[in-house]
Amino acid sequence: MNIQATEGYVTEDGRKIGGTVLDLKNITLRFGGLTAINDISFDIRKGEIRAIIGPNGAGKSSMLNVISGFYKPQEGEVWFNGKKRSAVKPYEVARQGVARTFQNIALFEGMSVLDNVMTGRLNLMKASMWQQALWIGKAEKEEIENRQKVEHIIDFLEIQAIRKTPVGRLPYGLKKRVELARALAAEPDLLLLDEPMAGMNVEEKEDMSRFILDVNDEFGTTIALIEHDMGVVMDLSDRVVVMDYGRKIGDGVPDEVRNNPEVIDAYLGVSHD
Amino acid sequence: MAGQASAHPVSLPHLLARNVARYGDRTAYREKEFGIWQTWTWSQAHDEIRAFALGLLTLGVNQGDHIAVVGRNRPALFWSMIAAQMVGAVPVPLYQDAVAEEIVFTLNNCSARFVVAGDQEQVDKIVDARDELKNIAHIVYLDGRGLRKYDHSFLTSYKNLQENGLQSGLEAQLAQRIEDLKLDDTCVMLYTSGTTSNPKGVVLSNRNIIETSKNTCEFDDLTEHEEILAYLPMAWVGDFIFAMGQAMWSGFCVSCPESPDTMQQDLREIGPTYLFAPPAIFERQLTQVLIRMEDASKIKKAMFDHFMAVALEVGPKILDGEKVSLIDRLHYALGNIFVYGPLKDTIGLRRIRVGYTAGEAIGPDLFKFYRSIGINLKQLYGQTEATVFITQQPNGEVYNETVGVPSPGVELKVTDEGEIHYRSPGVFVEYYNNEKSTAETKTNDNWVATGDAGFIDKKTGHLRIIDRVKDVGKMADGSMFAPKYVENKLKFYPEILEAVVFGAGKDRCMAFINIDLTAVGNWAERNNIAYASYQELSQNPQVLDMIEKNVAKVNQSIAEDEMLSSCQIHRFLVLHKELDPDDGEMTRTRKVRRGVIADKFSDLVNALYEDKKTIYTETDVTYEDGRAGKISANLEIRDAAVLSIEQRLAG
Repeated sequence: MNIQATEGYVTEDGRKIGGTVLDLKNITLRFGGLTAINDISFDIRKGEIRAIIGPNGAGKSSMLNVISGFYKPQEGEVWFNGKKRSAVKPYEVARQGVARTFQNIALFEGMSVLDNVMTGRLNLMKASMWQQALWIGKAEKEEIENRQKVEHIIDFLEIQAIRKTPVGRLPYGLKKRVELARALAAEPDLLLLDEPMAGMNVEEKEDMSRFILDVNDEFGTTIALIEHDMGVVMDLSDRVVVMDYGRKIGDGVPDEVRNNPEVIDAYLGVSHD
Repeated sequence: MAGQASAHPVSLPHLLARNVARYGDRTAYREKEFGIWQTWTWSQAHDEIRAFALGLLTLGVNQGDHIAVVGRNRPALFWSMIAAQMVGAVPVPLYQDAVAEEIVFTLNNCSARFVVAGDQEQVDKIVDARDELKNIAHIVYLDGRGLRKYDHSFLTSYKNLQENGLQSGLEAQLAQRIEDLKLDDTCVMLYTSGTTSNPKGVVLSNRNIIETSKNTCEFDDLTEHEEILAYLPMAWVGDFIFAMGQAMWSGFCVSCPESPDTMQQDLREIGPTYLFAPPAIFERQLTQVLIRMEDASKIKKAMFDHFMAVALEVGPKILDGEKVSLIDRLHYALGNIFVYGPLKDTIGLRRIRVGYTAGEAIGPDLFKFYRSIGINLKQLYGQTEATVFITQQPNGEVYNETVGVPSPGVELKVTDEGEIHYRSPGVFVEYYNNEKSTAETKTNDNWVATGDAGFIDKKTGHLRIIDRVKDVGKMADGSMFAPKYVENKLKFYPEILEAVVFGAGKDRCMAFINIDLTAVGNWAERNNIAYASYQELSQNPQVLDMIEKNVAKVNQSIAEDEMLSSCQIHRFLVLHKELDPDDGEMTRTRKVRRGVIADKFSDLVNALYEDKKTIYTETDVTYEDGRAGKISANLEIRDAAVLSIEQRLAG
């Protein structure tokens, strides 16, 4: 399998992976004197599930924040859908087709699940605030279309029973699922998941893994995820980037990464001089 | 042909054609999907079913083939069963929560060639076991999620199959297949759950389903205006008869829930007029209501308590059409405005005309609660082999202890051994490929042995079920000994967790009682009774007094039954330990093992029969961590008030 080619490749289970969606070139990110990301390059191909792993403090979440436009790297280039990204605000990145979930859930606790998921459609609504408030123009038609899309996602993630429940009353595992629903509602080209399974029990992890695979399968969504659970990562992802202390120490299909001595060192804890 | 069919429908497809002609534009099916109730009229449903039937023909389904259907209640799965019947095949609904090996057993047992599966979970069970399933030729699935990557050489989606069918040009063949259907052809095959042995396939004919549906719809006056929610397992005969047989006969609308978790919300939105549920469902609902009332404001709680007291007093009488004073009626009407109405609305039972509970004994309090707020809840007794109905309670004649009068067309007899036998239009054809079992259950002239012991209540003329025949014994004087019947009566008291009754071959009945630590502990706390252990509480004189009263009440109610009056409990003791599956005294499903207990506590049983007042005993116990130990105790034995035959006659 030649995964260096930008034309894409075919996975072991026969899925066709397309060309590059996101290309990170020599990214360096510093906070004052601390270098969080040190000259990292990798790409994400269309339709693949790409994992970013590494020990605590390796710079994984920073990497995700660079991709989502929240952090601006001091050096390096971000290419998305064949275009070099200039200095943009996060909402502009979102409009370009990137959606994400957060490590610490960031939902509107007082709002119902349905309303929370509807907020994911914000960037796809074209009616003005006045049209919506007065229920004129395209407001009604658009609302119905958006609700239909959202209901499909609710059905897909099997959260019908909590549709009208305020998010604050839900257990942790379900909140994570609602967050995924909201991200999906934006119909992203690239979905970023920041530790989607943190704090879950085995059964919840299995459910979430199934949903991630199904999302990828059903909508063809390209997914980049950060995860600590190695078993989950190796099962789910097509290719894995391994980070340690801001550097990239491994990149490849799960089997290659698993046998990479540097990766083993990072996980078994060899002293850094 | 169509005209002939509507006069004498000989199969469900014929009934479907009749309903299209009669009720074409009325809603036949509903399913909540994407947050909205999607609806299909009889005509639309007919088009869907026809397209699927044509699709089945393209797969090469032969007459007599078995087509398994597995998934939750969805219109498309009901349709696939009717479509299977159209092409002359036999639908076999399976339990969706069955594990792979059970499904493999049933699929191989009926040599099913085709499976209609609800989703990936069900497809997986079959795909994983493909090596063992030699007969399976093709799987049709409804929800394609997660199935994209599967080998589609033997998989087709429901929609694709319908499209293939519509383009196949096999209409003439389908018409011929429908014309070939006869009243005595197999309508459906349902597997009985089989707690003791492998499941058996019960073959029910078109005649069984259609005649039973007709009779029972007339019994309760069910019309095309009923609404039901189908949520019970599709493999269960009840679901088939309510959502297929009776629905097709009466032409009423069947709604399917959005997901298993939304059942309660969907129930509320649909507001069914006809309902069937096992006691557990009603129990769960009542518990939820009571918990929420505990959290309600003081005024609401006071109103609830006040009007519920009124309801328990006069509600059942009003429902049964008995005489009730005008003041009570007004009081009840007021309660209906403030409490019962909103309550019924919340639990989704506001429009219920007829509700049935069956499957197991329902507690008298639970039963009375629903009837008191004006829900016409009734009991029925039946089994798969009878196409459900053996007896049911008519409106206005509802008694907690009985299961009603024979359903229309059912003949009933009780043998000398006390076993209930019946003969009806619903009597099953046979157990599939199992002549031995068929012969054991059914005589040549169609009488079926139920395996249940019971008798006809003299006062009401209704049937009463006592116990499974194999559990019923004889006492020394030859009278009937029904331990489970007595134990169940004891267990309806919240203070009593378990009871074990002895008396087979003896002159008197004796009982071991286990107190319920939660209920009795709560009671002790409220009455300032201090105790250090379960053992100490169990031997507290006040606790024994309380249990003695309960036993006396049970004796009183048993004494009213001529046949069972010898089952009254003469002496009892309260056990110093809880009966426990870890000690082998109960099964894992918490059924008492009478024999094991009699052996283990033989000293106690002897003491009961030797008229001792107290007994010292030592018992082996297994602790939670697996260590073994011994506990010892002095147990007090009490005599219970027993009514003699003379007293009974005088009373």
